[in-house]
Amino acid sequence: MSAGVGVDLENLWIRFGDFVAVRDANVNINGGDFFSFLGPSGCGKTTILRAVSGFLEPSDGRVLIGGNDMKGIGPNKRPTALIFQNLALFPLMKVWENITFSMEIKGASVRERRKRADELLDMIALPGQGDKLPSELSGGQRQRVAIARALCAEPDVLLLDEPLSALDLKLRQHMRTELREIQQRVGITFIYITHDQGEALTMSDSIAVMKAGVIDQIGNGKTIYNDPSTAFAASFVGENNVFRGKIKRIMGEEALIQTNRSGELVARISTANQGKMKEGDAAMMFIRPEAFALAPKGAKGTHFVTAKVNNEEFEGNVFNIFMEGDGGKELKVSIPNLGQSFEDHTGQNITLEYETKNAVIVPAGELAAE
Amino acid sequence: MKNFSFMRLSLWVYLAIFFAYLLGPLVIMSATAFNSPSFPRMTPWECLTFEWFSALFRDERILNGIWNSILVGAGTVVLSVAMGLAGALMLTQIWPKLRATYYTIIIAPILIPGVVLGISTLVFWDRINRMLGLGADSFLSNGLFLTIIGQSTFIASYCMLVLVARLQRYDIALTEAALDLGATHAQAFRKVLLPFMRPAIASAAVLAFLASFENYNTTTFTFGEYPTLTIELAQKVRYGITPAISALAFIIVVLTVFAALFNEASIRRKQLVAEARKKATVEELESGKLRLPGFLSSNAAAVALVVVACATVAVVGTASVYSPQQCIANVQEQKRLETEERIKELRRQRELRRQQQEEQGEAAPAQTAPATGSTGNNSGFGGVFAPGSLSGGSEAEPETEQEPQGNNSGFGNVFDPNALSGDGGESGSGN
Repeated sequence: MSAGVGVDLENLWIRFGDFVAVRDANVNINGGDFFSFLGPSGCGKTTILRAVSGFLEPSDGRVLIGGNDMKGIGPNKRPTALIFQNLALFPLMKVWENITFSMEIKGASVRERRKRADELLDMIALPGQGDKLPSELSGGQRQRVAIARALCAEPDVLLLDEPLSALDLKLRQHMRTELREIQQRVGITFIYITHDQGEALTMSDSIAVMKAGVIDQIGNGKTIYNDPSTAFAASFVGENNVFRGKIKRIMGEEALIQTNRSGELVARISTANQGKMKEGDAAMMFIRPEAFALAPKGAKGTHFVTAKVNNEEFEGNVFNIFMEGDGGKELKVSIPNLGQSFEDHTGQNITLEYETKNAVIVPAGELAAE
Repeated sequence: MKNFSFMRLSLWVYLAIFFAYLLGPLVIMSATAFNSPSFPRMTPWECLTFEWFSALFRDERILNGIWNSILVGAGTVVLSVAMGLAGALMLTQIWPKLRATYYTIIIAPILIPGVVLGISTLVFWDRINRMLGLGADSFLSNGLFLTIIGQSTFIASYCMLVLVARLQRYDIALTEAALDLGATHAQAFRKVLLPFMRPAIASAAVLAFLASFENYNTTTFTFGEYPTLTIELAQKVRYGITPAISALAFIIVVLTVFAALFNEASIRRKQLVAEARKKATVEELESGKLRLPGFLSSNAAAVALVVVACATVAVVGTASVYSPQQCIANVQEQKRLETEERIKELRRQRELRRQQQEEQGEAAPAQTAPATGSTGNNSGFGGVFAPGSLSGGSEAEPETEQEPQGNNSGFGNVFDPNALSGDGGESGSGN
């Protein structure tokens, strides 16, 4: 992307009384990137956004936009535009007045505003809807009006606070691609807040996974998904199966882990934890449901798992097997439907195999709530 | 089923009683404005007249009172709405722990008796006036200023209640969005919050004006040289009331009905337009061919508004050509005839009684003297208190000659209930 204006958070702390909402966040967001903060609700991601947009002053640390410290600069003076979770369209203004509100502030004439509104309405594929009231639009249309209103202010950084959370699934998926397209067209930095890992993975250049005010991992979608650095990141992003245990032996990038339930297994130590783990450390091994394959009955070794099948379900594209797993959590296996025949295993023990590069070991930690 | 219909019936009866209780006095008062007797009453209906309206508009004091009330009302609206809005905004921004206390303090003026507010306003501003070393004719002791300030002390609280209700539905994110888009705080207030508050501000203004217009007990201490309508009315009523006051009441009622219907009609109209716009397709909207519903279609309030307007025009039109003189003359003529008839009857009765007395007198002459003495006494007494005598004097019209004649018949007049009821109207007017 063309070089837009970057955003940097340096040792950012935000406290509300005794409560620490954001703890020592350090993030460099490149200009023109689509950057997502991903985390469960209440993890402090909206707080970060409000600090960037200027509604909150950091308790400690700095917010830099385009390299300039934003301390003491109010939200109306920052080169950011925020799209609110509830959109906050002005209910009494027509769509075109909403979109060009930032121009009205600067004293632009009605004709200029009309013209700009028409351009933006074309861009968001709502031509001729300028004279409606926001209440007369559908959810997805309102969404796009909010984006147009923010873009009309010509911000260097667009901040989006879970803007898709109020939409239904179909519309949400449609808006994902649309948002990404708009971002690529206007070429400015987008900072996106979401608790939906699907949104984050599909749209973002980079993702920061947050947990309780702490940024666990920053990386692109593939890294986050395939190479999580914490137990939380591994369990929050996508579905994952956990095996608890202790490191028995470290063998270069791989390690042998003594699991509580499934014997000794070998897996790769995640990149961020290379060289940081010792033998005897409590660890967790994660294997994605789709990384398993059925193995011949009774096969034994350090990449075979045997467990009893609780339940099976056919989902169309995949065949899901739920087995007795570790720590009360079910072990989920998804076998792609390639036309093979599936026999019912309910109640039987079956054996699964995996490739060690698809299993990742991280230090033991808190898992994401279901 | 039977039980059910009984319930329904009693509900309707209850409603009828309730509305009669609520609106009955207004209806009767309005009707008295059109009846010719000079004491406001509905029965007996004498003549349809509009003269009380002209009497009202000739009354300098009433007109002056209305003007003062409007001045005070306008001042109170501006001051109260401004203070109320500030108070409401403060309530939403204040530190949550202080909110309950703040609310109590700001509501307190509503709970304090108006009399107390009036006196304290007078005392307080008099103090300030003296502290500043100003004279008795300074701005701070001006009746208009004191009345506006005094009324605003509690009307601002009403306004705040109305405004807070609306403000609670305001999404603070709207202000933040405006700020985020580059607006200053003042711009965000003016362009986003104020338009949102406009309906509530309008209600608060109407409420403030009405509360100011009808206020008596605070104003009575502060009005100085600017007596408002309520003050003038109160002073007038001390000397007896005339249908001109009913006429004023009727005008106020009609204006209120007009305003209410107009408001209702325009709300309904907005709803209909919004519905039509919602149903409209994009093409219709773009081509401007969208047919919006007419003003009167499916809008009962608008129809009622038009009917009331037509009725008003008709009444005003009638009033300008209608003259009740003939009717009044007829009624008076009829009254005269009735009275004459009664006098004749009384004379006949007296004649009869005298004959009887004469017959008895021959039998027992000793008792006649005290009896006749008491008769004379009674007639004198009756003459003084006979209601007709005063009114006859005050009206001083030749037709009312019958009144003294009636008095002459003193004895019969006092004890005959018909005589009283027949002359009641005249007596009322005389008093």
